[in-house]
Order: sequence, then structure tokens, then C-alpha cells
Amino acid sequence: MTAYIIRRLIYAIPILIGVNLITFVLFFVVNAPDDMARMHLGEKRVTEEAIQTWKQEHGYDRPLLYNPDASGLARVTDTIFFEKSIRLFVFDFGSSDNGRDIGYDISQRMWPSLAIAIPVLLVGLAFNISYALFIVFFRATYVDIGSVVLLVAMMSISGLFYIIGGQFLLGKLFHLVPISGYDTGVEAWKFLILPVIVGVIGGIGAGTRWYRTLFLEEISKDYVRTARAKGLSERRVLFRHVLQNALIPILTGVVVVLPLLFMGSLISESFFGIPGLGSYTIDAINSQDFAIVRSMVFLGAVLYIIGLILTDISYTLVDPRVRLSP
Amino acid sequence: MSLMPVVLWTDGLVFLLLALIGAFVLFASRHEHMRAPWRRVVRSRVGVATIVVLGFYVVVGLLDTVHFRLALDRQGDDNAETRYSPEVLSLLDLALSGLRERQEKTYSAPFATHLFVKEAIEQPDGTLLRDFPRLEYGGVHLEDPARQRGFDIAWRAAWGALKGLVIWALLSAGVLWLIARSRGETPAATRATILAGRTPIPWRTALVMLGIMLVLSGVVGELALKYHILGTDKVGEDVFYQTLKSIRTGLLIGTLTTLVMLPAAVLLGIMAGYFRGWVDDVIQYLYTTLNSIPGVLLIAAAILLLQVYMSNHADDFASLVERADLRLLFLVLILGVTSWTGLCRLLRGEALKLREVDYVQASTALGVGHFTLIGRHILPNVMHIVLITLVLDFSGLVLAEAVLSYINIGVDPTMNSWGNMINSARLELARDPVVWWSLTAAFVFMFALVLAANLFADVVRDAFDPRLKSAR
Repeated sequence: MTAYIIRRLIYAIPILIGVNLITFVLFFVVNAPDDMARMHLGEKRVTEEAIQTWKQEHGYDRPLLYNPDASGLARVTDTIFFEKSIRLFVFDFGSSDNGRDIGYDISQRMWPSLAIAIPVLLVGLAFNISYALFIVFFRATYVDIGSVVLLVAMMSISGLFYIIGGQFLLGKLFHLVPISGYDTGVEAWKFLILPVIVGVIGGIGAGTRWYRTLFLEEISKDYVRTARAKGLSERRVLFRHVLQNALIPILTGVVVVLPLLFMGSLISESFFGIPGLGSYTIDAINSQDFAIVRSMVFLGAVLYIIGLILTDISYTLVDPRVRLSP
Repeated sequence: MSLMPVVLWTDGLVFLLLALIGAFVLFASRHEHMRAPWRRVVRSRVGVATIVVLGFYVVVGLLDTVHFRLALDRQGDDNAETRYSPEVLSLLDLALSGLRERQEKTYSAPFATHLFVKEAIEQPDGTLLRDFPRLEYGGVHLEDPARQRGFDIAWRAAWGALKGLVIWALLSAGVLWLIARSRGETPAATRATILAGRTPIPWRTALVMLGIMLVLSGVVGELALKYHILGTDKVGEDVFYQTLKSIRTGLLIGTLTTLVMLPAAVLLGIMAGYFRGWVDDVIQYLYTTLNSIPGVLLIAAAILLLQVYMSNHADDFASLVERADLRLLFLVLILGVTSWTGLCRLLRGEALKLREVDYVQASTALGVGHFTLIGRHILPNVMHIVLITLVLDFSGLVLAEAVLSYINIGVDPTMNSWGNMINSARLELARDPVVWWSLTAAFVFMFALVLAANLFADVVRDAFDPRLKSAR
């Protein structure tokens, strides 16, 4: 097991190098730092001097890959590639274009993100699975057909409308909860209710439909027929046999998204004014802060790879049939 | 009137897509095993109903894809060289020129005759009065709006519905005649079969749906001549016009993204599965790497870079439309880059399975070359996966456009799209009284398209993938 995990971690290294190279090419080769400077300074006619000052302030005044002016090891290390890209590997994100420490910001902002993402995941999971079981229990009746129509309709509504609708109904019409904002500590709960409700409702359509398909697939298998033939009640068949076997794909589907919960939700956080990593990213995109976007790309890739590894491990834990081979 | 055709980049791709679809239809119609699943699609009631709805969207989208520039007035000088207006128009713009040109000052509610905000109006006797002024175009034909409006709307709606019904009756009669001829029956007998719902293709559902859509279009079209049926937005532009223009953007993103990613996904996926070994390793590495970058962030990064490029090379773009179009193209490309990995992985798995199949093994033993083998045996056998992916991805991409435009990394802000409509309308709900019509319009049109696409995708998947059918 340990050997397997170590091997998987080693496999992850070339992928991270690839991600790093892609971001490097995107951010520094396709667009020279000069362009970035000109964009940030804003004016149409920027003096060469101003550009040089900006580049110096933000550490972009070095050569891209190889510094012929330096001596020894500094020829490689005193470059943009080394300073801005290689350092990501040790999670040294440097400072953003407006001078704040990105690593510190991330460590502060991941908690509000988690405070929304975890309840949304748990409540959503519980609701979707129960609803799917309910539909499957009444399969091939009007309950089933009506629910499927409802689910497809809910899937067809853009997530933006759930947020806008939720804010409008609960926040503005009924004045039940604040529309947006955040507070530290325990007081935060009233700001979290609305995003969590909206997040759960927005996920019902696709989630429940997917679980329904999973359950229906299980229910047509032989062991279910055997269980029924033994004379078990439909309820016992569903909960003891079908649910337990369907848990394998459900669990692995959840595990893969677990690490990405840190990244938060881009849209809902910026709508509700929650100072999480999602709104951090959005703000960075809108203010065109390349340093932050670059860090988030790298962080996202790392978390995704962790998710993949966790998925493989969880397979072996819940399903003894799966062996760990390369 | 002379005009100069303009083919934007995305227009060209749409025409290419149409040509490909045409070629595919020709090819599929000659092979029974490809016709059979399509027959299942058109024989399902949900299938035909959604085809009708999607057809309306596609027609609007296509009308909006034929672009040209109108010739300018020669001002009496017949010998002068013909000059063309810098404004790029589409057939849809021309058809809706009434809607396009009737611009009010600012917000007005659907079917309103007065502006939504109060203004100082100069009375005939010279005094100023703060009131809601009459609209310049919406409902100007009414002398006394308060009294006449309800009746006028009802009358026009009925007249529009009648027009729709007449067109529907003509079309239905045509369809009936064609079916009757192909079945060798009298039209009356065919009509009875259709009404009883006993035709293999559910024509009754199709015609009812067509009737609903035509009557709806008739009513809407008739009312839109005299009113702003979905109100006007902040700068007084007709919201109904904006929504119709947004259809093209939505359809393009939904279809072209899959089109541009298709060559790479198919080629690499099949190569990885077929050749295995180091080819497989390299391709797997490639898509795992691309996949591990969060899609939104990759898109954001790419669009940011495009913005930098565009602001530094502002002179390269002849017009705003061209600029917006290039941005749309770029968005489609980058969305393709983020979404080809899923299809690639599916195809790899399928190719891995197929290469062990007996007839492929036999061809290898007989010395058939790799590329002939892929072209003749592997590719045709994975086409259904490609098709299902194309249809399944469509609705997700339409929804993604709205989200991306909302965070300003979607289509150009000057381009009509549902995302831009939602984006500009998000503060309107905070106004008092609420400005709800822009959002509602975007919601209704998007919902209808995505719902139809989702239902259609389910039908197509069931028809092409027999394994999944048992689960339903």
C-alpha cells in the first residue's frame, strides 16, 4: 500500500512539471512581461521607463530562462522561470501584483470556502441519495416519471438563476437571511445558510439523476433477484443490498472532488460576497492579477492529482475485488 | 440593393459544420446499421418534439449567421463606386430591423407604453411636469393607452395566432400529402392514422408541437411589431431582439466547441488505444496534465492573455464585430482544449477493446495497414461515442457560456449572449420596483433550449447505446 502511494506520488511529478510548463508558456512566453506591464499601467502611451520600473517592482525584469549576465548557478536561478515557476513546487507562491503574500491569503481564505463547500457536499449527498432511493422505490410509476421530468428541468436551469432566485426570494422578499457578506467565527452561520441552500438545490438535478441511474443499474443484477427470491422485503433489498453496493461508485465519485473543495465555488462565492478562494480567484481574474491566477492554476492541479490518488486508494478500501497494480 | 457578403471566422466554421453534417447524413442514410438508431430517435415522441423546438432555434441561429454589409446610398451620383456600410448585418438583423432600430431612452416594462422612470416633461403651456413619458416606439399607435391597450394586445395576439394557424395548416397539409403519397393512401386515411397516433413516426406529436411553436411565433411576431414585448434594457434596446441574437452565440458555443476538439480527441484517443506502448503513455500524460488544470482557470488565463493581446494590437481588428467574433472563436478553441480529454479517454478505452476483437485481429493477420484498419474498422465503430458526446456536451456548454460571461471571461461584452444579459441584469433586481424582464427573457430562452437539448440527448443516447437502455 505504502509502496503504491509512493509510486503514484512519483508519477504525479511529471504531470506537475507539465502543468508548470503550460502556465509558464501561457503567462510569460505568449505574453511578454512588457505586455503585462503596459496593461497594468493602463495608458495608451506608456514610457519605457515606467514599464521597466513596474517590471522591477514585481520581479519580472529578469531573462526568461537563462541569465547570461549572472555567474555560476545564478545563471539559471536568477530568471523568471526559476523565480516564478519552480518556486511553486515548494508552495512558495510569492506576492501578488498588488504586493500581498499569496500564500498567506490562501491560508486565510480557504476556511470560508470550506465552510460552504463541506455542508453543500454533505447535505447534497444525503438529500440526493434519499431522493434517488425514493424514486427507485416507486420506479415505473407516476412518481418516477414526474421526478425524472422535474430533475431534467432542474438540470436545464443555469446555476446563475438558482443564485439570483435564492437571493431574491429568501433575501429580498422574505428578509430571512442577509443577501451577501460574511462574518468571522460563529456569527458566520447566517451568511452561510443561503449559499448552502442554493448550492444544494442547484446540485439536485444532476446528482439525483445520476444516483437514480446507479441504483437502477444495481437493481437489475442477479444478486438482487436472489435477495427477492429469498423473500426479503423491497425495503430491505434497497437498503441492505442495493444501497451498499451502489456506495462504491458514489464514494469514489465523492472522493475525487474532496481536495477540490478547497478551491471553493467561483460563482456562488462572488455572488454572496464570501471571502473564500473562489472569490479570490474571480477578483484576481477581474483585476488581471497574473500572479494569483498562476498560483491558483498550480494549486488546482495539485489538488486534482491528490483527488485521483485518493480515488484509487478508496477503491481498494471499499471494494476488495480491486487490486492495486500499476 | 447590392450587398457585400461577409464571412466571419465562426460563420465559416458553421458552414463547415453544416457540410460535415450533410456528408454524415448522406453516409448514414446508405448504411442500415447507422440508420437504425436514428429511426429509433425519430420514432420517440420526446425525440420529435425536441427536434421541432431545436429546429426553431437552429433556423434563428442560421439566419443570424449569414452576414453582409449593405451598400451605402450613392447620393445621386450614379457613376460613383459602390461603397459599403461599415456595419456588419445578418439576415436576422434585416428581418428584425424594426426591432433593432426602435431604441427607447432607457428601461421600459414589457408591453409598456410609458418609460419606466420619471422624467421632466414639458407641458404645452410651458410648465414642467415630472411623470413617465410616452415611449417613442412602444405602443405609439394608441391614442389613449390606458383604455385601449388591453384590447389592442388581445386583438393583435389573436390576429397573430390566426396567421400562425394558417401557416401551420398549410405546412401540415403539405406533410400529410407527402406521407399519404409515400404510403399510397388517400389523404383522408392518412389523416385518420395520424390523428389516432398510429404512424411509426409520431407525426401527431410533431405536428402539435409545430402548431404550438408557430402560433407562439405568430403571436409574438405580431405583437413585436408594435410593442417591446419583453421590454427594453438600460440603454433602451429591445430585450426580445437581444434574446434572439443571443441564440446564435449559445448554439455556436454548444456545437463548435465539440467540432474544434473533435479531430484531436478522435485522432489521439484512437492512436493511444490502438498503438499502446509509448504512444499511449505520451497521450495519457498529455491529457492528464491538461485535465488537472481546473478548466475555468485555464479559460480565464487564456482569455486574460487574449485581452492583453487585443489591447496591445487594437489596430488589427477592422470592426467591433470582427473583434467580438475572434474572441468567440478563441473562447470556443479554449473550451475545446479543456473538454477534449473526456472524449479522448472514452475513445482510448474503446479502441483498446476493439483492437482485440476477432475481425480486427483477422485484418492484422492478413496484413492490412494500420491506417486502413483504423479508418475501416475502428473509426466507424466509435462514431456512436463521438455522436453521443457531441449531443450530451451541448447543453453543458450553453450553460457554461452564461457562467463564463458572468465572470467576464466569456464572449465579448459587446456581443449578444445570455450570459451577458444576465451579467448586465444582475443589479436590476436590486432596483425598486424590480426590473425583472431581462433576466426572465434570458431564463426562458435558455431554459427552453437547454431542456430540449437535454431531452434530445437522452433520446439519442438511448438509441445509440443499447447498454444504457436497460437501466431506464
